[in-house]
Amino acid sequence: MATIATETSASHLETGRGQYRALVLRRILILVGIALALCLTLTLDMALGPARYTLAQVLSALTNPTAVADQLRVVIWDIRMPIALMAITVGASLSLAGAQMQTILANPLASPFTLGISAAAGFGAALGLVGGVALFPGAVELMVPINAFVMAMVASMFIYGVSTLRGVTVETIVLLGIALVFTFNAALSLMEYLASEQALAAVVFWTMGSLTKATWTKVAVTAAILVVCVPLFARQAWQLTALRLGDDKAASFGDNVRRLRLQALIIISLLASIPVSFVGTIGFVGLVGPHIARMLVGEDQRFFLPGSILCGALLLSATSVVSKILIPGAVLPIGVITALVGVPFFFSLIFTQRRRAW
Amino acid sequence: MVSLTLDNLGASYGRTRILDGISTGKLEGGCLTAVVGPNAAGKSTLFKRIAGLIKGDGKATLEGSKRGRDGICYMPQDTGANAVLTVYESIVLASRQGAGWRVGEGDLAEIDRLLESLNIANLAFRNLGELSGGQRQLVAIAQALARNPEVLLMDEPTSALDLHRQIEVLDFMRRLAAKRGMAVLIAIHDLNHALRYCDQTLVIANGRLIASGRTADIVTARMLRETYRIDARIETCSQGLPHVIVDAAA
Repeated sequence: MATIATETSASHLETGRGQYRALVLRRILILVGIALALCLTLTLDMALGPARYTLAQVLSALTNPTAVADQLRVVIWDIRMPIALMAITVGASLSLAGAQMQTILANPLASPFTLGISAAAGFGAALGLVGGVALFPGAVELMVPINAFVMAMVASMFIYGVSTLRGVTVETIVLLGIALVFTFNAALSLMEYLASEQALAAVVFWTMGSLTKATWTKVAVTAAILVVCVPLFARQAWQLTALRLGDDKAASFGDNVRRLRLQALIIISLLASIPVSFVGTIGFVGLVGPHIARMLVGEDQRFFLPGSILCGALLLSATSVVSKILIPGAVLPIGVITALVGVPFFFSLIFTQRRRAW
Repeated sequence: MVSLTLDNLGASYGRTRILDGISTGKLEGGCLTAVVGPNAAGKSTLFKRIAGLIKGDGKATLEGSKRGRDGICYMPQDTGANAVLTVYESIVLASRQGAGWRVGEGDLAEIDRLLESLNIANLAFRNLGELSGGQRQLVAIAQALARNPEVLLMDEPTSALDLHRQIEVLDFMRRLAAKRGMAVLIAIHDLNHALRYCDQTLVIANGRLIASGRTADIVTARMLRETYRIDARIETCSQGLPHVIVDAAA
């Protein structure tokens, strides 16, 4: 005879609710922990450089700039802080873009680079560096980042346009992205082949990614894009989480899956293309930042969203620190160091957790 | 109490006509309606069309509903989700669609009751990816019920369950439908389950409604031969319940 319970056991119920509340609290504490670690790396990032300062000196320059020596104030506020904040905003943007790309494409390999956005940006930059071609006439000083941004948006809009066509699946979008990567990389190689020695060095440096040309304006633009995009994702947190249960299930919850995916794609394009146009190719953060966040706080977007932002920011900020101390006196390209530092850390997480994270 | 009426419902995928002219009388709340038919007959498409997930001609009219189309919930076949979410989180997720971030104590109490009712409280903090097909199916039922539907469209909800669980779930759904006044349509292949638990039956084949009415009147030897191409008898057991006895493929 059927035995499904109709009465409820009070103790068991308490356990369910209690466990859920404990899980939520644990995740909030993890996020707070990452945020604190980020504060530490940010301060360290500003302390390190050709002239080394103590953490106390940095903190007093931050909290009371008029009371410290002019040199210290100028180094911290005008030179190091834009770079340190650029690392955070770029890391956060790329990681968030990667997280949502993995969510909407249901693909663990998705990142801003899977869809060819980075490759397109690289090609745009090369057009300026090698050919002197300005895709947006009139802004010669910003020719390289504007070229990179325009090409990244062209790639994004192309993918957006294709994905609005009837019958286009998630797999088609991923394949299209891979095709774009190969196309733009081939075009970039051709540009490099034709380039002068000086232009070639500039292109290679740009494609390695660098924070050294960060300015307050660039930081403000990247941060502003982040401030605009985060609430757009946040208000769709439940719908985006539901997408990970499959299209049918999300649709059965009343979500407009097609519209949700397209909206997310537009926001992702903006989030990915702006930082890439400013700092060059930093690929690893967009792929690994979300995976680290997923391992730590799961895929409930209420935690995954801030988790991805914080993990990406922390990863790039920590990398910025490492890139300064690895070879004293030299600042190594951040795009290279991100992968070198991030891979062992990522592996250690995979092997210590040893549980399913996708 | 809510009731659902289908009027000339149709749907196409591209140029292929999948559903055509499905009309029924009132499918009343508090009752279970079996939707039966061979594979690829159009049962899932019918559910998606009723839920408004695909467009088409005709209309599904809901009477006595407080929430309109939001009260219709479609429970798809097993989707094999690999999201990094616990069972409990996935049910919170189902219940909070379109709502704010904050999850109230009342919402959690309801989820606890639901898990208890389906005997899956022990799975609450397992990850979805660790569950068996049958366990996933039970969680999917909990997710659907957490949305408090007025009309629930269940697409083969017991296909991965063992016999004991099938009986449990169908018995539970019958009692819950009566208690909530919920109209439940279940796509099901086991006609003995349909005979035992479902008040009405719709027979779909090649996208068309072949027969509809009281289950005992619909599940006949003739219907089985014409729809499923099998020779079978309907016999009453010692407890007075009708059973399908299959003799051979026709």
